[in-house]
Amino acid sequence: MPLNPVACPDCDLLQNIPRLPPRAKARCRRCGKVLAANKPGANERTLALAIGAAIVFILANAFPLMGLSAAGREVDTTIIGGAWVMWQEGQQMTAALVAICAVIAPAVYIGFTIVVLVASRWYRPAPAWVGELLLWAELAHEWAMAEVMMLGILVALVKIADLATVIVGVGMFATGALIVLITMIAVNLDPEEIWEQVQWVGSVEPAPVGGPQAGGDREAKK
Amino acid sequence: MRAGETSAMKAGLALCRHCRLLSRIGTSGAANYCPRCGHELAYRRHDAIQRTWALIIAAAICYLPANLIPVMKSTTLVGASEDTIIGGVILLYLTGSWHLALIVLIASVMIPLAKLMALAYLLVTVQRRSAKSNRERVRLYRLVEFIGRWSMLDVFVIAFVVALVQLKPLMAAQPRAGILFFAAVVILTIFAAQTFDPRLIWDSAGSMEKRNE
Repeated sequence: MPLNPVACPDCDLLQNIPRLPPRAKARCRRCGKVLAANKPGANERTLALAIGAAIVFILANAFPLMGLSAAGREVDTTIIGGAWVMWQEGQQMTAALVAICAVIAPAVYIGFTIVVLVASRWYRPAPAWVGELLLWAELAHEWAMAEVMMLGILVALVKIADLATVIVGVGMFATGALIVLITMIAVNLDPEEIWEQVQWVGSVEPAPVGGPQAGGDREAKK
Repeated sequence: MRAGETSAMKAGLALCRHCRLLSRIGTSGAANYCPRCGHELAYRRHDAIQRTWALIIAAAICYLPANLIPVMKSTTLVGASEDTIIGGVILLYLTGSWHLALIVLIASVMIPLAKLMALAYLLVTVQRRSAKSNRERVRLYRLVEFIGRWSMLDVFVIAFVVALVQLKPLMAAQPRAGILFFAAVVILTIFAAQTFDPRLIWDSAGSMEKRNE
């Protein structure tokens, strides 16, 4: 199939995309949105990056980010400690948001990405739940804010620095590495390649365009 | 109709907003589902304009207490003080770090306000069926989507200051109710950017073409 009809997600222009040479991108001719990209070997690379990110994520959460010492006393905090003290101090809603953006969303993003990549190699075709997990990974990615958290920590350090001596911990370096790895996963992951291997929810696989009508209602399918 | 000249909607095709499969949509009026991922299929996001308005109005209401109510209380041996967002920026500026003060000012005060204004502008132009500067408007939308997360900055700042400064009775820091409103502004504006449908910007351009035909 030399031509592949797609609609731009940002402007809905229907256009044909020719087969792309390796490492080429196709942009929407009306609004400039990237519509397709040919990334050779992208998902093998992504799996390696995601496993690395999982290890770094564990380190970032297991070790203290930073410590504070004043008048002979010391306190330190981990990532989840930021949310936990907030919870104890009576701001449960904000604490939950911090926990989601700093810990839960990155964990889901990395974990689900690994499961999706492994499952889509293991099963041919991949079962429909692989697609569902991929959607959850994409949602988690929007809420994973390690880089914003890092800047927040730096600002917090500057605010505290004149009150007491600040000690930077292992967790901080691991968080820095985590930011780099998460960004690289997002750049490398090729969701379209995974979707091509996922078994469709609909009973038959119609040709998407010009084929039978999509859907009908769900009850009728059962 | 050839590809490259028409919108998918006019051709009876819809892009799945979840898995991005292009499918023909039924005309029977019954709900349609994406054959690949099973999620509901529609030409445009449901009630995008109304929902986005509702979210930005709610965010605008929370923006006031977020900036007026203190977000943090700090206690030292010499006394206690309560800081608002802008108070924290001023404090950061006075302690000598004007770069960080500027970053926090932009992320916490200016980005949420700019997002609200940008989304309101996009909604108004879409509702007036404007067909001007579509590329610039879609770029503005992408910018709003991209920078939204950075307003979470102050939430993390407060969380980690509070987590660390726990040396009672020497010094202590506690979160205050302002941070809840501030977090609400951040979440509501992120949701607002997600519910808006940038394809609406181009729909009125399509109707212009029709008139010219």
